[in-house]
Formats: sequence, C-alpha cells, structure tokens
Amino acid sequence: MSWVSIVAIIISSTLVYSTPLIFTALGGTFSERGGIVNVGLEGIMVMGAFSSVVFNLAFAESLGRATPWIAALVGGVVGVIFSLLHAVATINFRADHIISGTVMNLMAPALGVFLVKAMYGKGQTDNILQNFGYFSFPGLSKIPVLGPIFFKDTSLMAYVAILVAIFAWWLMFKTKFGLRLRSVGENPQAADTLGINVYGYRYAGVLISGFLGGIGGAVFAQSIAGNFSIGTIVGQGFISMAAMIFGKWNPIGAMGAALFFGFAQSLSIIGGQLPGINKIPSVYLLIAPYILTILVLVFFLGKATAPKADGTNYIKSK
Amino acid sequence: MIKVNSTTRKILIPLFSILAGFLVGAIIMLFYSYDPLQAYGSMIQGSLGSTVSIGETLRQATPLIFTALGFSVANSAGFFNIGLSGQALAGWVASIWVALAFPDLPTFVLLPLAIIAGALAGAIMGAIPGFLRAFFGTSEVIVTIMLNYVALYLSTYLMQEVMPAHFRSSQDATKMISHHATLHVDWLSHMFGDSRIHFGLFLALIALVAVWLLMKKTTLGFEIRSVGLNPFASEYAGMSSKKTIIMSMVISGTLAGLGGVMEGLGTYQNFFIQTASMSIGFDGMAVSLLGSGSSLGILLSALLFSILQIGGLGMQTGAGVPFEIVSIVTASIIFFVGIDYVISKLFKNKDNANKKLPKTPIAKEVVTEEKDAQEGGRL
Repeated sequence: MSWVSIVAIIISSTLVYSTPLIFTALGGTFSERGGIVNVGLEGIMVMGAFSSVVFNLAFAESLGRATPWIAALVGGVVGVIFSLLHAVATINFRADHIISGTVMNLMAPALGVFLVKAMYGKGQTDNILQNFGYFSFPGLSKIPVLGPIFFKDTSLMAYVAILVAIFAWWLMFKTKFGLRLRSVGENPQAADTLGINVYGYRYAGVLISGFLGGIGGAVFAQSIAGNFSIGTIVGQGFISMAAMIFGKWNPIGAMGAALFFGFAQSLSIIGGQLPGINKIPSVYLLIAPYILTILVLVFFLGKATAPKADGTNYIKSK
Repeated sequence: MIKVNSTTRKILIPLFSILAGFLVGAIIMLFYSYDPLQAYGSMIQGSLGSTVSIGETLRQATPLIFTALGFSVANSAGFFNIGLSGQALAGWVASIWVALAFPDLPTFVLLPLAIIAGALAGAIMGAIPGFLRAFFGTSEVIVTIMLNYVALYLSTYLMQEVMPAHFRSSQDATKMISHHATLHVDWLSHMFGDSRIHFGLFLALIALVAVWLLMKKTTLGFEIRSVGLNPFASEYAGMSSKKTIIMSMVISGTLAGLGGVMEGLGTYQNFFIQTASMSIGFDGMAVSLLGSGSSLGILLSALLFSILQIGGLGMQTGAGVPFEIVSIVTASIIFFVGIDYVISKLFKNKDNANKKLPKTPIAKEVVTEEKDAQEGGRL
C-alpha cells in the first residue's frame, strides 16, 4: 500500500467518523454557552438517528439521492422537538440539568425502539437504501497527492460540518445574538438587568443544540450505521460532549476536538488495514477514545473555561 | 392546590411522579392502539401473580438496592455517579473470576472472598473519578460515563483474552461457578417456586441498614453530608474535602460493585459478554432519585422498578406491548421527580406556606459558580 493511499484511508475515515461528532459538539457549545448543561446530547442523537432512518426508508424511492440530506434536516427538527423537553424542564421548571439530561438519555432509545416495534413489528429497521456515500470534488480531486487525500471519495457532509463550525463560531463571537447568548450563560442576572430575555436565549441555545444534535445522529445513522436499532448510538453523544469541553466551549475548538476523537474512533475500525496498527489488540483501540477523553480533561483542560453560570437555574424573581 | 404538611408532601411528590409516569406510558400505548389497562394488568400479573414471579421480582430488586445505595452515598457528597454500571460490571467480572479460580475452597471462605473481590473491583472503579475530581477538579460526570465504556470493552477483553481458557465454556460466556461460590440457597428458591431469588436479598437489606447507620451515625457519614452541603465550610471546620470526596466514591463504587456481584454469584452464576452498559446502573440511579436517597425510599422504589421490569416481560407476552414502554415509564417518573419544583406547587405547605423547602442537593446550586470558576472542571 502506498503511503498516499494509507493517508487517504485515514483522512477519509476520520472525516466520516468525525462528522456526527462535530455537529453534536457544536450543538453542545450553544446549549452550554447559554448556561444549560446538556448531558442529553446522546438522547438527542438517538432521536435524530431514529427519525432520519424512518424518513429515509419511507421516501428513498421518491426523493432519490437527496433523501439522506432531507432526512438529516428531519432528524434536526425532531431533535429540536425532543430537546424542548430539556429546555422546559431546566429553564421553566428548575430541574437539575444532569437529571433532565439523563432522563432524555433513558427516554430516547426506549422511545425509538418502541416506535420501531410499533411501526415495523421488529426491534430494528431495515437497512436504508440511500446513504451519504462518498463524494469526489470535481476538479479538486485531480490535484496530485492532495487530491486523493482530501478530495477524492471523501465525505461531503464532513466539509459541510466544518463550514457549519466556522459559521457557528462567527455567530457566537461576532454577532449580537452570540454576545447575548454568552452573557446569559455567564451572568444571567446582569443580562436580565440589561433587558436581555434570559429565558428566550436559553431556549435558543438548547433548541439549537437539539437541531445540531439531531443532525449529528441522522448523519451517523445514514453514513455509518445504515439502520436504527438499540445499538446505533452508543456513546457518540457523550464523546461529542467531551469534544465540546476539550474544545473549551468554542465552536472551532469543538470541531478540532471532534476531528481528533473521530480519528481515534476510526482507528479501531480501519486499524486492521493499516500496517503497524493491526498488531495492537483491538480492545486498546476501542477504549482509546474514552481514555483519551479522561486524560485530556485531567491534563489539558485549562482553568475557568466553562461559562460561569453553566448548570445553574436562573430564577427571575431572585 | 391541596394543603398538606411537609412530611406528607415529601411522600406525595414521588407518588404523584409515579402516577404521572404511568399515565405517560398509558397515553403512548393508547396512541399506538395498545390497551393500557390490559398492559398494566398483565404487568402486575407477571410480577406479583405467582410465587415464582414474586421471587423473580425480589431477585430483580436485590442489585438495584445496591446500586441505588451507591448512587445515594455519592450524591450526598455532591457527586453525580453515572458510573454505577461500569462499577457493577467490574464487580461482576471480579467475583466470577475469583469463584472460578478457586472452585474447591469451602463455601465459608470462597463466597466471602468472591464477594470481597467484586466489592474491591467496584471500589477501584469508583475511586478513579473520585481521585481525579479531588485532585484535578475533573468533572466526575464525564469521567464516570467514559469509564462505563472502558469497563464494557475491557470486560469482554478480560474474559476472552486474559482469563485462563478453561474458565470459558465458549467465546461468549464463562463456565458456571461451583456451588461453593453461589449465593443461591435451596430452601429460599423452593419457597418461591424455584425462582432465581438468592441470599443476596438479605445482604441488600443489611446494606440498607448499614448505609443508613453510616450516613446518620458515623463521623464519616457526617463529613460526607457536610461536604455535599458546603465543601468550603467543611474545609474551614477542619474536614478534608478531598479525602471525603474520594471516600464517598469508594463507598459508592463498593456498593455498585456488590450490585454486580449479586448478578454474578446470584442471578446468572457466570459472566457472559455484555453489549451495552448494565441496566442496573442507570436503573439504580433512578431508584435512588425516586427514593430521594433514603433507605426506606430506596427499598420501596427498588421494589417498584422490579415490578415494572419483571412485569414488563409479562406485559410483552401477555398484552403484546413492547417491553420498551417500561423504560419510557421509568424515564417519565424520573422526569417528574426532577421537576419536583413544579409538582410541589400543587401541594401547598400547611405549616409554613411561604417558606420554600430546600431541595436535597443544595450545595450544588450554591457553590457551582465559584467552584467552576476555580477548577474549570464542570461540563
């Protein structure tokens, strides 16, 4: 195997495995910048995966190649609806953020499998007919060396995710909306005195995280899993949350961390094809992303990076 | 708005949550044209309808009591231990390993040895996030979640690659443990129609009392509760909050590990490959939240959850309703427990109508701001 093709395999599988993590981690930054801890990203991804697969199965014949893209948006919308639960519980009903998030994580897989059983009469769906597949950029893929590595047979959705990350960064740090969202997460009392609608912005943060998390789950289901079952989303939401923290609550940082975790995850999948890596017992590659997350948290996370009011309920009358 | 005194209110909130949870389940069933009355009927029938099913329900409650106690001890110290399932898994593997390694030791040596091995394994798994939190300020929520996955993959690896080959009956499961290591006792099983109920039930009851004594009557228990309420005040009073945090997680992990031991030496008598985190982890957390951390509350809600789970199987065969409805009901109950602020508005306090009752983990809300700023270790 030439080194170009080895690098190309690593890059393209890293991109494929990172994409869902990027979307979901970006979602996490919006929620937490607004002050709502979202442990429920995992559950949101499950709902996104479930709804996109159901949509894909139903409309693949009439919509053709566009199906997975529209299904991803459907996943996002369902994610928004599901995250409403978290928003209402934490913003209006003063629930503990972690308890509410955990409820979402318990609820989503059960609901998804229940609905699959109710609709299809079995515990997992059929395989989808239209997935994201591979994409070669016309023109760019002809560039020597760089072309085959970055632009040939690669994941188009990954590039979309990177663009979304840049947009999210701009939205969060260069616009009025972003400034207000962050102020609500840092010091809701002060923001409230300035006339900013604290509850409104917190809702926006959580719902955006629902949208992006739903897309993340949909992308995972339609580019990696291929169907929906209880084992479709196992831990990707939690890894995304870790990526968000590793990226210090910054969209660009979260994207970088998600790429890193995607790389670590893809190693356990493609490791067998790579010289050198295939000698390592697969268990080490399987647990690597989780161990790396812990190590990153312990050694690399700087101090005082979480939004100050993250995880606290804002009670207006106080 | 109903006026009640504060003790009644404490009981009414979980009761209301349970009812509301069942209602959510019923609505979802109606929506998909299942008959909720028939479903809940066959659930009761399946869990309490015969001596066998009662035995199975009690058997199901046994590990839940342990994991719920584990969660409540850590929670008293202001710690959110989501790693119960990983800790339980470690306990399961370790106890089976010891039991298979010395099959011929007499029962009074082997059984305690295997139980202690499981407890130790759980304690170590719990100590890691405690240590990291105490010395590096690392969020225990993330660390314990990550360790759940590490435990999951490691357990398979340990069984398939590290255990001596003669321990295994296939690539997917170990051999059965010898009768010297089992928690199974004949007279008890016979009493409950040869169900899998085992001696662990009594250990669980002992644990309920022991944890109550620990938390209410010992210095360590006092320190754990004190650190949970206000770590800074506790430091000023001369307690070591680092030591207390680690100890609370060690105890929590020990109890969760014992939960795994109950599954290993009691229910299954072997270890087999797990494809997802053990359900007794998250269920134990739910039990503890519903029982608001008290020993009596945990006992009752563990029984309720066992009725749901054992009955859920009966519901699936009896009424044709997918088993997942049980998890939906469970999650809904916890959701309603979580929004107790709203539910408590339904029940006005008779004694002091204007005074707000403090929620149990007060410290979290109060200290997070400063603490996060210093340590940066939260989500």
